[in-house]
Amino acid sequence: MMNFLLSLSIWTPILGALLIFAVSAIGAIGEHSSSQQRNTVRWLSLAVALVSFLVTLPLYLGFDTQATSFQFIEQAPWIPRFNVWYLLGVDGISLLFILLNSFITVLVVLAGWEVIEEKQAQYMGAFLIMSGLMNGIFAALDAMLFYVFFEASLIPMYIIIGVWGGPNRVYAAFKFFLYTLAGSLLMLVALIWLFLESGGSFVLPEWHALKIGMAPQILLFIAFLIAFAVKVPMWPVHTWLPDAHVEAPTGGSVVLAAIMLKLGAYGFLRFSLPIAPDASHYFAPMMIALSLIAVIYIGFVALVQTDMKKLIAYSSISHMGFVTLGFFLFNSLGIEGALVQMISHGFISAAMFLCVGVMYDRMHSRMIGDYGGVIHTMPKFAALFVFFAMANAGLPATSGFVGEFMVILGAVKTNFWVAAAAATTLIMGAAYTLWMVKRVAFGPIANDHVRHLVDINQREFLILALLAVCVLGMGLYPFPFTDVMHISVDNLLRHVAVSKL
Amino acid sequence: MKALYLIIPFAPLVGAIIAGFCARMIGRVGAHSVTILGVTVSLICSLLVFQDVMAGNTFNGALYTWLESGGLKMEIGFLIDPLTAVMMIVVTFVSLMVHIYTIGYMAHDEDNWPENSLAGKYSYQRFFSYISLFTFSMLMLVMSNNFVQLFFGWEAVGLVSYLLIGFWATRPTAIYANLKAFLVNRVGDFGFLLGIGLIATYAGSLDYAVVFGKAKELATVIEPVTGWPLITAACIGLFIGAMGKSAQFPLHVWLPDSMEGPTPISALIHAATMVTAGIFMVSRMSPLFELSETALSFVIVIGAITTLFMALIAIVQTDIKRVVAYSTLSQLGYMTMALGASAYSVAIFHLMTHAFFKAVLFLGAGSVIIAMHHEQDMRRMGGLRKYMPITYLTVLIGAIANAGLPPFAGFFSKDSIIEAVHLANIPGASFAYVCALAAVFIGGLYSFRLVFFAFHGEERFRHAGGGLGHCEDHGQHAPSHDSHEPHESPAVVTLPLILLAIPAVVSGWFIGPMLFGGWFGDAIVIAPEHTALAQMKESFHGVIAMMAHGVTTLPFWLAISGAATAWFLYIKRPDLPAVIRQKLAFPVMILENKYGFDAFNDWFFAGGARRLGYGLWRGGDQIMIDGAVNGSARMIGWLASVVRLFQSGHLYQYAFSMIIGVFVLLTLWLGIA
Repeated sequence: MMNFLLSLSIWTPILGALLIFAVSAIGAIGEHSSSQQRNTVRWLSLAVALVSFLVTLPLYLGFDTQATSFQFIEQAPWIPRFNVWYLLGVDGISLLFILLNSFITVLVVLAGWEVIEEKQAQYMGAFLIMSGLMNGIFAALDAMLFYVFFEASLIPMYIIIGVWGGPNRVYAAFKFFLYTLAGSLLMLVALIWLFLESGGSFVLPEWHALKIGMAPQILLFIAFLIAFAVKVPMWPVHTWLPDAHVEAPTGGSVVLAAIMLKLGAYGFLRFSLPIAPDASHYFAPMMIALSLIAVIYIGFVALVQTDMKKLIAYSSISHMGFVTLGFFLFNSLGIEGALVQMISHGFISAAMFLCVGVMYDRMHSRMIGDYGGVIHTMPKFAALFVFFAMANAGLPATSGFVGEFMVILGAVKTNFWVAAAAATTLIMGAAYTLWMVKRVAFGPIANDHVRHLVDINQREFLILALLAVCVLGMGLYPFPFTDVMHISVDNLLRHVAVSKL
Repeated sequence: MKALYLIIPFAPLVGAIIAGFCARMIGRVGAHSVTILGVTVSLICSLLVFQDVMAGNTFNGALYTWLESGGLKMEIGFLIDPLTAVMMIVVTFVSLMVHIYTIGYMAHDEDNWPENSLAGKYSYQRFFSYISLFTFSMLMLVMSNNFVQLFFGWEAVGLVSYLLIGFWATRPTAIYANLKAFLVNRVGDFGFLLGIGLIATYAGSLDYAVVFGKAKELATVIEPVTGWPLITAACIGLFIGAMGKSAQFPLHVWLPDSMEGPTPISALIHAATMVTAGIFMVSRMSPLFELSETALSFVIVIGAITTLFMALIAIVQTDIKRVVAYSTLSQLGYMTMALGASAYSVAIFHLMTHAFFKAVLFLGAGSVIIAMHHEQDMRRMGGLRKYMPITYLTVLIGAIANAGLPPFAGFFSKDSIIEAVHLANIPGASFAYVCALAAVFIGGLYSFRLVFFAFHGEERFRHAGGGLGHCEDHGQHAPSHDSHEPHESPAVVTLPLILLAIPAVVSGWFIGPMLFGGWFGDAIVIAPEHTALAQMKESFHGVIAMMAHGVTTLPFWLAISGAATAWFLYIKRPDLPAVIRQKLAFPVMILENKYGFDAFNDWFFAGGARRLGYGLWRGGDQIMIDGAVNGSARMIGWLASVVRLFQSGHLYQYAFSMIIGVFVLLTLWLGIA
């Protein structure tokens, strides 16, 4: 029963987007005034986004936390000639990301309510399509289906940056596209190799069971690593992210940080670890080292940024370092902590970019130096901004703490020094975030632009307050989040512990 | 009783939420009424619980499961035992006094904000919301039965401290100080978190009872990667956390700067409660610390350094709040020494008496600051006792207690610490003993210097300002305030002073039951080989006897001579301090620069981190990584441009290259043949 929920979560936003395009195309010929039409488009977009979110809720409510296998499975032949299936299913690892993605899309639609004046229908449509495609990535159990969704999701983001982005948007869009595309080409080779090796199957659970020798495992791991490391992004293939963020419109940054970065991390759990467990163990020290470089090196780089979006982009890389670190500790605290960190980072980075967006909409500047004393003119906003900054710095009772805490605990089990290096984020995270807050929100009013700022309106308050509730709720009671993960993570760990040689 | 346990922390939280979110609706009176009500309820419940605990009813239970992962179950829950009960009363009582006092202190807070600042509009309500939120956080910290909740409370009080130090967000000094406080505390938390991590990993639980139950097993574990004894590493990690929160050398640097916050929070957070969280935590962890001589030695030495060297700085300070701040650092050092000497109950005892007399000193200083229209420099005070008799008397009581003279509370607790350190038999104890004695003399000196400088002598506030060199500019003074005579503060200010002055005198008399009556029961564990407290118990024969004996001992006479020195320098020969300053220019400079810690930290840590970050960004990200990426792009471009040369579209070029090709091939073929 109910085995159409995943399809619904993928296709509702995509079909909704097509509907919006159609409505706007008809409206353009009709005699509606443009403001009326914009109103229709955004309310319709909100309705689509809300429905798309609501259809994902039964996934959580109906999820069996005790089941070891994939759930909500749907299967239909897609390209029979190559044995490619439209095969969907979720486990405790992927489930929450579908909900997160659909939730964030609602916020993105709300955030683009007034700011996007040009081609609003296309803007909203692009986000909805992207949301559907990314749900597809998390739900796909057929590797070719996964790959198609994985690559297809680049297109809307490329368009969003390239069309609605900042002055340098074309360069950034290209850099983003080429980096991630180049990364995933090797993955395609790996997928085809696995297809041949498995006797003509793209079904992921079958690949997980495949016996593979050490040398091919190492090659497979490297191929997947390049694809996913770019996406996470891991040091040293991270430099596209700050550029992309700086040029992307607020909504683009939100989705990029909250969801897109998670695709790479998710790939490690779905492909690298279970398919090449021996190579994963072999490369673990390197992966841990790269993760720690991301945490520490990027922490220092974030400190000296003068552009708020760049600062948050670097902070994202640093936080994603915790995710990859957690994966390669090979214990449940580490992996569950990493998953929690991914979801939490989804909320917090979204909130941080939305905060910058709120200020950018008013001042048309992202530079820290142009601000100062925002608290005097925007006290409501400042309160939320400080709150999210604290969450970004990993304050307990916010979601930002939970994942980092779990990963650090997991790291102590593996190696004390790894834990010590990771724990420096306590200091660096607070330093770069709160220093920014100090210069932006506090102090005397810096200039006349700040003097004439207007506090957030109800719509902006609603967006940020929803995220604040999520961040606080997850910080005070993370139990329900980890509860759905346990069985799947334990399963994965057991699987990874067995050699495939 | 269980309902009471819940009410105690959550009543202030409810007050904080109402005052914070309904600021406009309930107005100023509503805000302070609702928060004071919350804290009063909390205090009453705490007293009931105290009575219940005294009757032998302790409690240890979970509220809900916060998280479960990797076989580690983390619960939010309460542990109610004598140690908790004392802390609950101290916290709620001082908090209530501070709440009442704040009505007077923040009455004209709108003057502290720039005109039309929306943040200043409800600042009064916000302040009450914050201090109630603090009370909630602190109560959750002390009532916790596990390390996770301890860390929650630990960071939450740090957050509120951050918000309150930077409360007057227009002041550059305030927002510098709050960032500094948060970051220095984070350095401490770094150690704290690793300590917790070690315990979680090797004890398999974060519940106090479970961990303490396994303490003996843990004592034999060696951490495999580092080769350190586990218990020592964990305890030192935890203590580094305490060094941050309780401002121990060298993580003390944030506390003096935190004086930028409004005075009520200096009393509540930065003297009476939050900064003592570290002392409380180590006492709570006594079953672990007792198993590591190394950790205890580390504790006692750090405490000793803090006690002596921070007291020295207090002598040269002229800002009335900073004198009290350095005195707080010194007193925290005493408590830490007591911890190192395994005299945990003595540390908690001094924590309690200190909470009262230091709150009096801070609130008294605040009362002076109100009267002086936000002037904090003692060089512009003098002779105030005539105008503010209640404030004068209460500050005097606080100062005597701080100096440790009988029969005031500080005498009993400080004397016990010195005695405990004297009797302690761990490495570093004799060094600590010397520091403790020296600090007694200095304590007497700076305490009475404050009293004499501010309240006696010439009425220097009559002179117009200027010619005094550095003076902390606090911006929005009322204009030409020098023409007004200072006057006693209103009842909402003096009443808390009086109510706090009473326990600052009498709370020391409970020394018998608290220290020697087995009062803390199982809450504090002392290893049999640490005999200091047991020896003291044998020689204790009641409060009167202790006082009679006390006046014959060295600490008493050191304190008296400190006080006498202050009297001589500031009453008898007020011209002398300037001369001494001149003669001892170099040591005075060292003290005024606080041994150079601030300058060093700013240069090395803050500056160094920025330089490193800049270097990594420019050198690593832009030149190396992007250089390589763009370089490879350029390389392809260059290659393409070379290849393009051969594709000119001119037929004769193609023909020519074909001929060359054929020629080369033929040559090669012939060569091989």
